[in-house]
Amino acid sequence: MKRIATALSLALLLAFSAQTAWAQTLQTVKQRGQLICGANGTLAGFGLPDPQGNWTGFDVDFCRAIAAAIFNDPSKVKFVPLTAANRFTALQSGEVDVLSRNTTWTMSRDTTLGLDFAAVTFFDGQGFMVHKSLKVSSALELNGASVCVQQGTTTELNLADYFRSHQMALKTVTFATADEAIKAYDSGRCDSYTTDSSGLYGERLRLTSPNDNIVLPEIISKEPLSPAVRQGDDSWEDLVRWTHEAMLDAEEFGVTKSNVDEQLKSANPEIRRLLGVEGQFGQSLGLTNDWAYRIIKSIGNYGESFDRNVGENSPLKIARGLNALWTKGGLQYGLPVR
Amino acid sequence: MAVIADTPVLYVRTAPAEQLLPPPASSGLIGWLRANLFSSFGNTVLTLACAALILWAVPPLLRFLFIDAVWSGSDREVCLASSAHLEPGACWAFVRVWLSYFVYGFYPIPGRWRVDVFFAALAFGIGWLAWLSAPRRDLGAVYFFIVLPVLSVVLLYGFPAIGLPTVPTNLWGGVLVTIVVATVGIVASLPIGILLALGRRSELPAVRWLAIGFIEFVRGVPLITVLFMASVMLPLFVPQRLEPDKLLRALIGVAVFASAYTAEVVRGGLAAVPRGQYEAARALALTYWPTMGLVILPQALRVTLPNIVNTFIGLFKDTTLVFVVGIFDFLRTIEAARGDPKWATPVTATTGYAFAALFYFIFCYGMSRYARSVEARLSRSDRR
Repeated sequence: MKRIATALSLALLLAFSAQTAWAQTLQTVKQRGQLICGANGTLAGFGLPDPQGNWTGFDVDFCRAIAAAIFNDPSKVKFVPLTAANRFTALQSGEVDVLSRNTTWTMSRDTTLGLDFAAVTFFDGQGFMVHKSLKVSSALELNGASVCVQQGTTTELNLADYFRSHQMALKTVTFATADEAIKAYDSGRCDSYTTDSSGLYGERLRLTSPNDNIVLPEIISKEPLSPAVRQGDDSWEDLVRWTHEAMLDAEEFGVTKSNVDEQLKSANPEIRRLLGVEGQFGQSLGLTNDWAYRIIKSIGNYGESFDRNVGENSPLKIARGLNALWTKGGLQYGLPVR
Repeated sequence: MAVIADTPVLYVRTAPAEQLLPPPASSGLIGWLRANLFSSFGNTVLTLACAALILWAVPPLLRFLFIDAVWSGSDREVCLASSAHLEPGACWAFVRVWLSYFVYGFYPIPGRWRVDVFFAALAFGIGWLAWLSAPRRDLGAVYFFIVLPVLSVVLLYGFPAIGLPTVPTNLWGGVLVTIVVATVGIVASLPIGILLALGRRSELPAVRWLAIGFIEFVRGVPLITVLFMASVMLPLFVPQRLEPDKLLRALIGVAVFASAYTAEVVRGGLAAVPRGQYEAARALALTYWPTMGLVILPQALRVTLPNIVNTFIGLFKDTTLVFVVGIFDFLRTIEAARGDPKWATPVTATTGYAFAALFYFIFCYGMSRYARSVEARLSRSDRR
């Protein structure tokens, strides 16, 4: 009995010592000289190596932006490829400092997993792809359509809900894997294929003739993707959140990778505060005041990262949609630096 | 009597008859066909069915893999269907562009020669040991079991003191990881497995129960569960600085698993050695280890060779399970690459998997052929 008690108290001690270590993530990262970032590794546009073994993608660039803010060097990141199953434990156990792996911010994850979501970097949601020959331009015209979908996913449930709530007839054709579903759609077994819209654009390229298929504008579910950090280290969460906000603000004020040096001389007080010409905002994050300048200089603003990885300048060509700035009809609203 | 002998008897041959050719239906091509393919109704049906299967499967496969295949290009456009290329075949251009990633993973490009040297050193060691009439195979064993492991760690992980910068294992990937995991698993599992098998048959209760407990526990849980536990649960209990390296966790998991299975295979061989051999060894006043080393194990291992190789082939393919620990083995690198939007075409994934199949087939078939040749050699010595 005594031994068990000793072992238990030892385990508790270890757990607590680990807990206190988590309270200063930024200090740990600085001491280590490297940010450890949990990423996907197999999702085109978000986290994927290139043939030379360099990590690329939207989520990957977000981690690089954090590293740039801390070290003024976007390459000081170690990427850890995580699966959907082990991503949260990797974060909880301290194996990674930040989880940037297309993770949907849901209530249960936020409240029960001991982690906090920093900011929605990408508004995703379920969408539809149809054959162009169908001459359909809205999901509401899909009455009676057959839809290929992967079995046993929330995608399948959302699909049924959407059709029911709009009183449309639906023929689902389900498949065990996404690969089979897309093959069946390609061979013409269904009128439409549905999955998260960020995935739709990648799948479209895999079709026999991608240009004969279009992605419909409707988004029928909410999948806000957000980087996550461990609960209990608020200042680290602040740093991760403000990395995103700084990139958004930069886009809103027209500060880009190429013009950031000229913008340092800008008279606009908002730009001056963002780039650290005025105020002590970086210091309050535990960084230098030019933290945002470093991010934009090495990664670019939000729109540049978006276009480069998933948008216009990438093979995926995902439309900005909900991820456009609030000034352009989207939901991305950069918080004020002041 | 002599009279009869002198008189020529017309119906008795005086010279051997000229040899006739065998009837055409039992010799040559037709005879071979009749004997081997059409000897009975059932066999005829089977032959025709197989021929139909081959005709159905092989030509489209050859067309896809070779005739319609695209061998070079810089992006997906070359592998898409076009007027010149109605039915696109395998997109080998994709494999060519991604090949270095498939082989080295994230290993830093300036350091990739180290991986090449490791491959060469490993191939040399295997060749030395596997070629049964090679000179100084005892030196070969020393090289393989002592020099090579040290050399590999220094080469692959790095040794900053001699100018080889450290390459953490999270950057290893592709064929490199597959080969490292399989080699460590195979090399560690044979001695440990033999010890476990001996332990299980030991007369010392403590040793026996430990061996039984270990083997049954390991065989009772799936490898993927152990790897998953090691990667997901372990970090929750152990402070981070004490946490073993991810690849090391996988290596230990795989080695432990392979050992338990090898132990059972070897135990089968030990059971097949007749009791008389033990008694004879005892009559010669041999103690336990000489008995095992000189008399029992050589016979037991000979019997179990096919099964041991079978375990190793299984292990080689099981190495793909290390992906659950977040390690990009060969198959995983292909799965990652097939998502590359620059190469996304209807045939990309198929080509990637065909390449993986080819890789695993070459290695597994190589092992199996080698085992067959060793068996043949051993059975020749049995006949002597």
